[in-house]
Amino acid sequence: MARDFRNALVALNRFGFGARGGASGDLISAASDPRGFVKADLGRPGVTLLEVPGLQPTPELAKAVFEFQFEQKQAREAAKSATTGAATEAPPQPGAPDAGAQRRGLSLANIAQDISPKDQPVQPAANNAAPMETMQPNAAPQLNPPKPAPPLNVIQKTFRAEALARFQRASLAECGFAERLVVFWSNHFCISANKGGLARMWAGSFEREAIRPHVFGRFAEMLKAVEQHPAMLFFLDNQQSLGPDSRAGINRQRGLNENLAREIMELHTLGVNGGYSQDDVTSLARVITGWTYAGRQGQLGQPGSFVFNANAHEPGAERVLGKVYDAAGLAQGEAVLADIARHPSTAKFIATKFARHFVADDPPPALVARLQDVFTRTDGDLRLLANALVDSDEAWAAPLSKMRSPYEYLVATGRILSRVPEEPGRYLGGLNLLGQPLWSPAGPNGFPDTNAAWAAPEGMKLRLDIAAQIAAKLPDAVDPRELLELAAADAASDDTRRTIERAESRQQAMALLLMSPEFQRR
Amino acid sequence: MDCCEAYASLVTSRRALLLGGASFAAWAYVPKFARATEARDPRLVVMILRGALDGLATVAPIGDPDYAALHGSIALTSGGPHPAVMLDSFFGLHPAMPQFARLYANRQAAVIHAVSTPYRDRSHFDGQDVLESGYPGPGRVQSGWLNRALEALPRGERVANALAVGPTTPLVLRGAAPTVGWAPVALPQADDDTAMRLVELYRHRDPALATALAHGLQLEKAAAGDDMKPQPGGNAVTAMRNVARGAAKLMVADDGPRIAALAFDGWDTHANEGGPVGRLALLLSGLDGAFAEFESGLGDRWRDTAIVVATEFGRTAHINGTEGTDHGTGTIALLAGGAIKGGRVISDWPSLKHASLYQGRDLAPTTDLRSVIKGVLADHLGINERVLATTVFPDSAAARPMKGLIA
Repeated sequence: MARDFRNALVALNRFGFGARGGASGDLISAASDPRGFVKADLGRPGVTLLEVPGLQPTPELAKAVFEFQFEQKQAREAAKSATTGAATEAPPQPGAPDAGAQRRGLSLANIAQDISPKDQPVQPAANNAAPMETMQPNAAPQLNPPKPAPPLNVIQKTFRAEALARFQRASLAECGFAERLVVFWSNHFCISANKGGLARMWAGSFEREAIRPHVFGRFAEMLKAVEQHPAMLFFLDNQQSLGPDSRAGINRQRGLNENLAREIMELHTLGVNGGYSQDDVTSLARVITGWTYAGRQGQLGQPGSFVFNANAHEPGAERVLGKVYDAAGLAQGEAVLADIARHPSTAKFIATKFARHFVADDPPPALVARLQDVFTRTDGDLRLLANALVDSDEAWAAPLSKMRSPYEYLVATGRILSRVPEEPGRYLGGLNLLGQPLWSPAGPNGFPDTNAAWAAPEGMKLRLDIAAQIAAKLPDAVDPRELLELAAADAASDDTRRTIERAESRQQAMALLLMSPEFQRR
Repeated sequence: MDCCEAYASLVTSRRALLLGGASFAAWAYVPKFARATEARDPRLVVMILRGALDGLATVAPIGDPDYAALHGSIALTSGGPHPAVMLDSFFGLHPAMPQFARLYANRQAAVIHAVSTPYRDRSHFDGQDVLESGYPGPGRVQSGWLNRALEALPRGERVANALAVGPTTPLVLRGAAPTVGWAPVALPQADDDTAMRLVELYRHRDPALATALAHGLQLEKAAAGDDMKPQPGGNAVTAMRNVARGAAKLMVADDGPRIAALAFDGWDTHANEGGPVGRLALLLSGLDGAFAEFESGLGDRWRDTAIVVATEFGRTAHINGTEGTDHGTGTIALLAGGAIKGGRVISDWPSLKHASLYQGRDLAPTTDLRSVIKGVLADHLGINERVLATTVFPDSAAARPMKGLIA
């Protein structure tokens, strides 16, 4: 069979996480039947699910975090009553973290060590700061490097376990198209772990429960699962929003918070120019009052599970986008979401974002129109949407002009080196460094998806520094020229091939391979 | 061109590489960038506060009879345990900002109140596009006004590459004029030879990456030094100070960048915003610390420095049901620096009466933010009004540059 290496790069890099090295045969398989290679991912049963022993459902995680916070509080109070006079209240931390603090104590040597092949002597880390420091921007002040890191608390442990499972899945996936779709949808419906303890605890379970089961299902189902997930309700403050005329609103003299309602319309469905008004946002905010999760005491239900609190729900009919919804209770909000999911603006918004992510910053209009049509005709069937993308000519013809995101770059590096991480710290550190901290975008619009964000000067320099650190640990048994055959083969340019062949060392050749346009672009 | 020969002809240092690369603005070249008539060497720092700063909570119109009721439990007062610092008989500054208060008293800081960009909806991301792109409407994200201002500077007086602080370049500084990026991280670096070979490969295969990487390589040595390492005990407050300290260190050098853009996230205070103490107070104290870091880090250059702080829009005048504020319209802009004619709150105050509120909910904007920025660009950098109204802020002729902001 004729081999098409150019389209193999499209299959592996544009749609997937890049070729695996070793004896995987990924590049040859993709070159022999590029479309078939991508589509095989769609046919694997349960390919998007992540069921790993030890990863727990959201209510279980809530229980643990509630207990942890309760113990902390008691300890604080005990300490307070033990001291006299000097007790000062710890100031509350702002909800959003700072990028700088997340990068504290990073060690490139550590990052590199995890990504590079393991059959080589372990280098003493140049910087003893524990990688987990990067995970707790709001934690107690960092100890001096020579002291051992404090033990991980349950929130840190959980976050790292969830992260590790995700990194391992991406490292091992065949093509990785299904997993790339998970990442796309997870970023579309993002939360941020930096919102607080519960968000960090739930970041992984949110993706496992609200995103993964629906990646090949219906958009409306994913939307409902997302907006009813405790993590999203916490992230966008809906558990605090009370109907002003609800019993709880009257008793507690509190009222609406329109944060979630606005982002549902602006970011999750219709898009900013999707034809909604401020009144629609406020109405939707009233409609979804009462959507919350049960707290530690469990008065409303199992702690940490989604519940509808009728006491907090604004009574009465509401008009949203010109239609009156007079159902009572939970059904009112579900009816609105069901309609918004099927709104023409939603189809257009999703089609555009989908094509932009996979094909080009300015995607071909004909492709967007076709995806929009598929979305509308199939009632938001996301499997058929993915299929339509792979079937399109545009997705294969468009030049490989997009930059890999930091996540894609780090995962692809591990894959070509046949490395599966055994602990998550170095990947987490690398993502922080490159400006894409896992599950922690700066705002509810998620991480950017254009070259302007990822091909920036500082980002490129940091990518090179990471590549060089990984390469520095390369065992001599690995030949970068062979890896080039596994990563790109005939699709590699003469310039790249020559640059790698003429490098002064294997290590330098490896760094250049990882930074080559063939490896960075998709 | 034979690649190997090309390698051999390049001296093995990054500085030499950059000097040798004709397509890049030379980092080492000392800019002659001064106002024609005076021996000034101005610095400009733009800080973008993403998430929409509550202007009414930062510089509170305590003299407005409707303020206290609208801002309710989080309103500032001129008395009590955490009193606002009265800037005049009407406006009070948040108590978490003692440095700004000191600068204000020294006439090196000013407030412009009831400002907004021309954007009138309430999406963060569109609002940020408008704020940073300088276009009248959203969706223009190819270049930012600060970058186009750089392009407008007179030839022969070119500024060294402008500095983007953080791992990605903020939109306000994106565009055709070269920029360099820096983030406060201590890193082992790839060696010069590898970097040069890669730039050479990119020049042949991927010119966009060649440009980006070459610019990224420029600053690392300039930024090196122990006090550049991030401080322990980091939180939002420390981080704001750290990036300001690092940026100041780069900007104070004779051949350093004259212009920098920083973006701070986290101002979207929908719930439990806090009044004189609390969440917003912490963020404001970080911002306050950034002013202090610039002042001390820039040393003698502080007197030629202007800092502009802007946000995409304001927040609701009335607090919401969760002790916070939702997306609004009018807000504040802050100016600081030795070059600023300070000690003033500049405002055509619209009042907070219900009928005066924009759409019955937000502080009504009475000053176009573009007028403020154009006033700084005109008088601080000497960019002429026509260029400001066409290139830097397209279609903004009606928003005339505000006079007298620069001392």
